[in-house]
Amino acid sequence: MIRRPLATGSTACKSLQTWLAVLLALLSLAQPARGQLTIDIVGVGAQQIPVITSEFVGDSVQAQLLTGVIQADLARSGVIKNLDNAGLVRASEANSEGYAQYAARGADAAVLGSVTPGANGQFQVTFRLLDVAKRTQLAGLVYNVAAKDMRATAHRIADVIYEKLTGDKGVFSTRLAYVSKTGSRFQLIVADSDGANAISIVGSSEPIISPAWSPDGGRLAYVSFENRKPGIFVQDVSTGARRQLLEARGNQSAPAWSPDGRRIVFASSQAGGTQLFVANADGSGVRRLTTNNAVIDTAPNWAVDGKIYFMSDRGGSPQIYRIDPEGGGAERVTFEGSENANPRVAADGKSMVFVKREGGRYALAVQDFASRQVQTLTQGPVDESPSFAPNGKLIVYASIYNGRGVLAAVSADGRVKQRLASAGADVREPAWDRCPGSVARRTTVFVRQRL
Amino acid sequence: MQHGKSPRNLLMSALVAGAVALLSACSSTPDAPAKVEERSAQPGTATPSTQGLSTGTATPGNVTSAGTVGANSNADGLDPALRDPRSPLSKRSVFFDYDSFTVKDDYKPLVEAHAAYLKRAPKARIVVEGNTDERGSREYNLALGQKRSEAVKKVMTLLGVNEAQIESVSFGEEKPRNPASTESAWAENRRADIRYVGE
Repeated sequence: MIRRPLATGSTACKSLQTWLAVLLALLSLAQPARGQLTIDIVGVGAQQIPVITSEFVGDSVQAQLLTGVIQADLARSGVIKNLDNAGLVRASEANSEGYAQYAARGADAAVLGSVTPGANGQFQVTFRLLDVAKRTQLAGLVYNVAAKDMRATAHRIADVIYEKLTGDKGVFSTRLAYVSKTGSRFQLIVADSDGANAISIVGSSEPIISPAWSPDGGRLAYVSFENRKPGIFVQDVSTGARRQLLEARGNQSAPAWSPDGRRIVFASSQAGGTQLFVANADGSGVRRLTTNNAVIDTAPNWAVDGKIYFMSDRGGSPQIYRIDPEGGGAERVTFEGSENANPRVAADGKSMVFVKREGGRYALAVQDFASRQVQTLTQGPVDESPSFAPNGKLIVYASIYNGRGVLAAVSADGRVKQRLASAGADVREPAWDRCPGSVARRTTVFVRQRL
Repeated sequence: MQHGKSPRNLLMSALVAGAVALLSACSSTPDAPAKVEERSAQPGTATPSTQGLSTGTATPGNVTSAGTVGANSNADGLDPALRDPRSPLSKRSVFFDYDSFTVKDDYKPLVEAHAAYLKRAPKARIVVEGNTDERGSREYNLALGQKRSEAVKKVMTLLGVNEAQIESVSFGEEKPRNPASTESAWAENRRADIRYVGE
């Protein structure tokens, strides 16, 4: 059993107050999106931690929801194995009879809890995470929540369990953006990372591609073809307000945010060819970053160290380069493979994921910057648009399954795989909100005390 | 990447938000005016120049539908030869080899005919729309489609057409003429289309 201290969370995310202010708005106007994702786990870690989650006691409807969402989250992690909880003694507190049962079923850790109706339609939720071998409590928390926030509460609990057991931040309280295509209709959808609470923030009969979250999780930049050519739009996710980043000749595409959220790097053909430009997030102060019209420079990603990674065919075939936007030349980063595209640098800045072409197949690979070692993560044949989870442990990407566009997620070590499909729709272009805990932040959940 | 289904002509999409219900019908016929429906956080802020778009909003109240706006007018003032199937001007597509943006000799007469027309009609404007097959990344394909459209533009300007009459844009792999994943579909999709503004 591993136990590590809680890491400090990001402070760059959109404030709690803002999310509270828009909560009612989300509830009243959110469009239930067609094309909600369902998740299929297709590969698990070599070593899984066996965990038993006892059905929560108390209000049976809420207890079932909490227990189910927690177990589904833990299963999706790929590193935790849910043990059968049928016939367990039901309790919300540790006792020796319970410990004996958890040990008999082979559990390293056990999760217990309760949900009790209180005043004003609120519920009190308690949970405890127990170390079965040591017979000690690893975590214990009480939440006062409304029924509508029960899923978010379950994600929070799963995040605590995951972090206590693995030492890594959980990503169950995060969101995804993706594009759903049904017939000839395109929708940009924002959903919880388990596919629930999907809402369509924009719909169009023209293509939508390349969504990119602002670092605070408040805005999405994306490319829409609504003006008969690709243009970049920036939309506030909570209010729906949107505007075109800038008006210019030719195409504007592939937006990516600076780490401080103040600037956007993008590809533009306004000067001929396709080169990188940088603008302020309001579209002002446009500045050209790369200058050779004869080559293609696109798909930029702004890393935490301030460097911009991008793909370019300046050396003949498409490869990945990096450039300092404050000055200096571009430096080639990838050397293996006939084509490498669409770099996304991990939040810790130590590695990047990208699309590698090998023998006509497009697959994801990860390159460690220090060792320059490249590890292929997926088999293809058509995997694209990778995006890191905020904890850097999972990568969501677009793939093809049974002739249909699906989203898939793979652990950064390539071992754990899951597929997120949508009935009746092609889904593609996923982007993982880098702001951890954004689902929980949207809700009125609060921790009252530690148990 | 894949577009494994045949295009469906009509899609009714019900976007229900609180008291506001919005229905849209979207034609996939390329030359038909697109139906536009917009929803905006505040009445009057909708931009009616966009095509086939609906914006979701999460602000309570104040939701409005800006109605329907046609994106095109008919081809008033344009030479009927542009639509005459017997005229070379009715041919609009230049096809390319894989990962190439070289205008092949087969298409020189087509490009020359349009160049000659643009010189005769200096007020005419065209948009050259570059397209690619589905192989490769979406962003790279946008850039490759741009190279194709600029290659067509360059042939025309070398023939004496005023550069201001031509805008180059790219749809990359996003608007395939043939959505299948076959060699022949890919060949159809590697193309630049000449569209006259006002058509």
